[in-house]
Amino acid sequence: MRDFKRISVRHLTKSFGEKTAVDDFSIEFGKEEFVTFLGPSGCGKSTALNCITGLIPITSGEIYIDDECIDDSRRSVPPEKREFGMVFQNYALFPHLTVRENVAFGLKLRRLPRAEVERRVGDALRLVHLESYASKFPAQMSGGEQQRVAIARCIVLEPRLLLLDEPLSNLDAKLRVELRYELKSLHERLKVTTVYVTHDQSEALALSDRIVVLKLGRIQQVGSPQAIFTDPANAFVADFVGYKNAWKGRIERLEEGGGSLKAAIRTDGALIEARLAYPAEDPRRAALATAFREGSPVTTAIRPEDIEAGERAGANVFRCVADLVEYQGHANQVSACIKGCEEARVDLRSAAPLAFGDCFEASVDPGKVLVFADRGGG
Amino acid sequence: MKGPPRNGALLLLIPAILFIVLLFVYPFGFGLVESLTKPNGSFTLDNFARFFGNAREVRTIPVTLGIAVPVTFLAVGLAVPLSYYMRRGIKGEKVITFFLIVPVTLGTVLISEGMLSFMGPNGWLNLLLLALHLVQKPVQFTHDYAGVAISVGLQGFPYSFLMLLGYVSGINPDLEKASQMLGANKWQTFWKVLFPLMVPGIAISFCLNFVMAFSVYPSAVLLGQPSGPQRVIALAAYQMAFEKFNFNAATAISMIMSAIELAVIAVVLLWRSKMYKGASIVGKG
Repeated sequence: MRDFKRISVRHLTKSFGEKTAVDDFSIEFGKEEFVTFLGPSGCGKSTALNCITGLIPITSGEIYIDDECIDDSRRSVPPEKREFGMVFQNYALFPHLTVRENVAFGLKLRRLPRAEVERRVGDALRLVHLESYASKFPAQMSGGEQQRVAIARCIVLEPRLLLLDEPLSNLDAKLRVELRYELKSLHERLKVTTVYVTHDQSEALALSDRIVVLKLGRIQQVGSPQAIFTDPANAFVADFVGYKNAWKGRIERLEEGGGSLKAAIRTDGALIEARLAYPAEDPRRAALATAFREGSPVTTAIRPEDIEAGERAGANVFRCVADLVEYQGHANQVSACIKGCEEARVDLRSAAPLAFGDCFEASVDPGKVLVFADRGGG
Repeated sequence: MKGPPRNGALLLLIPAILFIVLLFVYPFGFGLVESLTKPNGSFTLDNFARFFGNAREVRTIPVTLGIAVPVTFLAVGLAVPLSYYMRRGIKGEKVITFFLIVPVTLGTVLISEGMLSFMGPNGWLNLLLLALHLVQKPVQFTHDYAGVAISVGLQGFPYSFLMLLGYVSGINPDLEKASQMLGANKWQTFWKVLFPLMVPGIAISFCLNFVMAFSVYPSAVLLGQPSGPQRVIALAAYQMAFEKFNFNAATAISMIMSAIELAVIAVVLLWRSKMYKGASIVGKG
């Protein structure tokens, strides 16, 4: 493998006719990093991935490996010369070749000596625990096994960048978790620079060093899994990483106090108090002060896990009526409406047994309410 | 993967079995018996001996193979790159497909008649070639090998093309991408991935095309020299049946035809099994 320090994608844009699938996409991958593109279907994450491989020509922007420009929309290094590896959602194994021949495919194209090809294929198959499958054909294997062959077929070439396009989406739930562990441990051992595309937030959180959240072709947030999970940049990211209770409202009162900014927000259903707890020296604190004024429209976001059912004194207590209860083993998933306002939905987890039609009190700690300023629907 | 069908489901096979028995097994068996008997019904090998004893009759085999084999190779050989090129659809695909299907729908006789005047010594094609000074004297297209070959090719090519187009466009496009990502250029991707996956389709379309071309009859009569260089085996069988009224000998000739066709098909299928060892799927995810 030719060594490198970083791969940078600068202002990459891809349009299909009128439609812009990827818009001004800039990101830098450090060597050995695991970066995930996360977003709903149609957000452009797969298109961005295909642009980086060179399989789809880019409309504008540049891609660099250190100082070497591999694509500037006029001249581009063809995919087969980039030394990238790609794993597809549908595995894309060659059905007419055995597992061994599939893994050896790229090595043979490089005209390596036979003994070396055999040794490296053997090593790669051992790495994904498929030594005994070498003579099988892909059709004789399960989806999980096929995907492991596809991974072996890439890593055997020691690619500079490994790209995985929703590699676990075709597998059933149990296999998906197993193979996710395997991917993680492979990355720990091999340290291949990896770009991973998924719509599944738990995969993104579990695997990544950094997550890029996309919506309609635009980057919404780039950050560590912790940052994305606890401090989403906007209401879209919040919703995508599990803040299911999103209510629109207006700030009724703002007060400075005890090192935090307190806001009281009038939504359709209730008055919600939020404590915006950035320390005074955090630059975001200043941004908050400019974004939020009394009367400005906002969206609040609360995780179902942060809402407690049961009597509790203090702010943010809502009387609710349960109208959907799902038993999920460790807790109940409850969907309820706030009394007096049937429009506002509350999603929460409840350890206490609740049934359809039950009235109960739900409360949330003001410190766990996220508030985002609404900007023209964005 | 699925269990054996329940007994009721087997009944659904009856129409297909009846069809095969009535229209294939029975006539073939009847023909085989006919070819091995004298008109009075006693067993004989004379019908075959008579064919192989006559140089003029035996010569029909190389003559027919000489038309069918090159034409089939050419038709399939052209269909492979064209279907590869059109695998993701191109502009004007419907128009191209339409013009390819027309010769099939018009029938051999009409095509042959058309070719007689279009490609004849005073036809448009020769006039054009002369006007462009590409040739000095009219080219002999009709009443010659070329005419028969062109006519048979025109009939066979659309079948090969449409069948292969179905095959190649059914191959998962991610396989091409995967091959490219592993370092293969377009040429290597074609030969190492697409072509092997097309082999079953190529084999089948070669067989069908060959069988159609080998039983060439109207084209040879109308566009060739049926009494001499283009006296094909089907014509020999026809003359035996309806000019010499020896049905037993004519059936023997058609049995020989079948045997040659089966032999060629066997060779093609052998090639197929050598080329394509994988499971019988077309790489759909």
